[in-house]
Order: sequence, then structure tokens, then C-alpha cells
Amino acid sequence: MTANDAAKRALAANPGLPVDAEGPVFREPWQAQAFAMTLALHEKGLFAWSEWAAMLGETIKAAQAAGDPDTGETYYHHWLATLERMTAKKAVASPADLASHRDAWERAAHRTPHGQPIELKSGDFTG
Amino acid sequence: MTTSEHPHGHDHGESSELSETELRVRALQTILIDKGYTDAAALDAIVEAYEQKIGPHIGARVVARAWTDPAFRQALLADATAAVSPFGQGGRVGENLVAVENTPERHNMVVCTLCSCYPWDVLGLPPVWYKSFAYRSRTVKEPRSVLREFGVTLPERTEIRVWDSTAEVRYLVLPMRPAGTDGWSEEKLATLVTRDSMVGTGLPRSPEPRS
Repeated sequence: MTANDAAKRALAANPGLPVDAEGPVFREPWQAQAFAMTLALHEKGLFAWSEWAAMLGETIKAAQAAGDPDTGETYYHHWLATLERMTAKKAVASPADLASHRDAWERAAHRTPHGQPIELKSGDFTG
Repeated sequence: MTTSEHPHGHDHGESSELSETELRVRALQTILIDKGYTDAAALDAIVEAYEQKIGPHIGARVVARAWTDPAFRQALLADATAAVSPFGQGGRVGENLVAVENTPERHNMVVCTLCSCYPWDVLGLPPVWYKSFAYRSRTVKEPRSVLREFGVTLPERTEIRVWDSTAEVRYLVLPMRPAGTDGWSEEKLATLVTRDSMVGTGLPRSPEPRS
């Protein structure tokens, strides 16, 4: 499966990734989703792994300077922050875009009864 | 109103909540899909390649503890949420969890119509088949044949009880301890506990015969 080859290259470029003997491991579903988006964008040629690794390194360094305990617990938070920075840099998703979509999802969650799948509707963007 | 005051799921009117991180992840996903950088199926395929690797997978340790510690087993069956919570390393686990025990007389299986009703914080992410319409609908109607397709044939006298998860209650099957494991440590026992055995679509592994 191609996801495995892609993941292997991602692992080679990101030695900090939490892994076991068989590959990446994720503590929560969102971490796997963030990882999947990164693989997909890399496949599209949006960035090279060297560029990704440099930006992730900057993110982690800045977080450590700000007091991040660097226990590995926060690794995927840095990963997600890097993904947001990368998509902004490549003009894929501006911070304003991200903010409006984030707010829309929050409205969608609020109007969705607990236990139902949360789906985004156009009305969620207007509040 | 808090759920703890209404342990029997009287909170149907409550809205859903996403964490700040989940909101950011969904925002980004939506933009990438809308702009055609990827599609939902491609992202799902990558996530599913790791379905066994998502979540803390503490269920096996919980089951092994119940096999070796009768007091813990009692506590687990009485209140699984409370019994399981010390197993989580930071963060809540096992919210609204109910443990159902397999016996020679009764085998338990769990189904759900929504993946959010799977105790992923205890068992990891649900397998693809768990979310499939075929599994959900057929398990309720013909659990014995579904089990056979999973390679599990139970004696006719064993009743099969199907538990339908809801947003309020999630189930963890406590399988029977395999024979031939007398004196095994909790760690060693945990290696026999498969995810499927905790969903009820499988049995724990048998101990390797001694050579």
C-alpha cells in the first residue's frame, strides 16, 4: 500500500515521530488525521520533507523556548502548528480561512445533538 | 446539567463538543478537501492504515487485571468507568463505559451505528468493519453467523447477547480467560487479549502449547 511507503519516507524525515516497531503510533484520532493531511500534501508536491523538517524544528524550538516540557506528549501539537504554518506559507489556507472554518465547525458542533455525526453546513459560516 | 447526575443517559438534548485541537484539524481538513488538495477518502485510507495504532489500547491490560484480581473484576463489572480511569495516562478514559462479562452461558457482542460510540480511548480506533452497515445490521439479526465469519463458533447452548452502543454508553467485553494460563502474570495474559475479543467478534488467543 502506498500509504506505507509514504509513511516510511515521512518517518525518515521526522525522527521525532512517536513510533513502535511497525510504524507511527497516535494517542488520539486527530493526531492520525493531522499526519494523514501532511502525507497527502507531501504527495501533492506541496513541500519536500526537508522543508517540512526544518519548519517543524523551528516550531519545536520556539515552543521549548516558551517553556514546552518536550516530553513527546506535545509532539503532535507542534506537528499541527507546523501544518498550519506550512499551508499558510504555500497560500493553501490563510489564517483568516482557518479561523472562519474553525468557528463554523464550532457552530456545527453546538447545533448537533450529542452522538450524531457532526457535519458542516453553509449556514455554519454565517453564525 | 452534568452527566454524572444522570448516569443513565438522560442527556440526549446536549449538543456535541469538539476540543480546540479537533476544531483546528477539521478546519484544515475542510479547506484542503474544498480546494481539491486531497479528498476525504484519501485521508480516511491513510488513517485506516493505522487504525490499530491509534489510541492507548489499554483494554488488554484492563482485561488481564480482571482475570488475575477478583476484586478488580468486581469493581470493573460494577463501574467500568471508575475502574478503568487509573489506566489512562493523563486525560480521561472510559467515559460512560460498561463492562459485560462473557461466561460459558453467554457471549457478548458490541455494535454501534456511529464510530463515536466506540470506546477508542480504551480500545484504539474502531476497525473499518465495525462501522460498516453490514456488520451493524446483520449482527443484530444473525449474530451467530456473523461470529462464524470471524472464525468463532460457539456451542449452541451459549446465548449471544448484542449490545448496541449509544453516545451515552459504550461497552467493553470482558472475555473468558483462556485455559492453560494458570499462574500467568498480568503482563503475559495481556498479550492474549485481542481487540476483537473486547468487541466480542473474537476470542482471546490461546496460549502457545509448550514444546
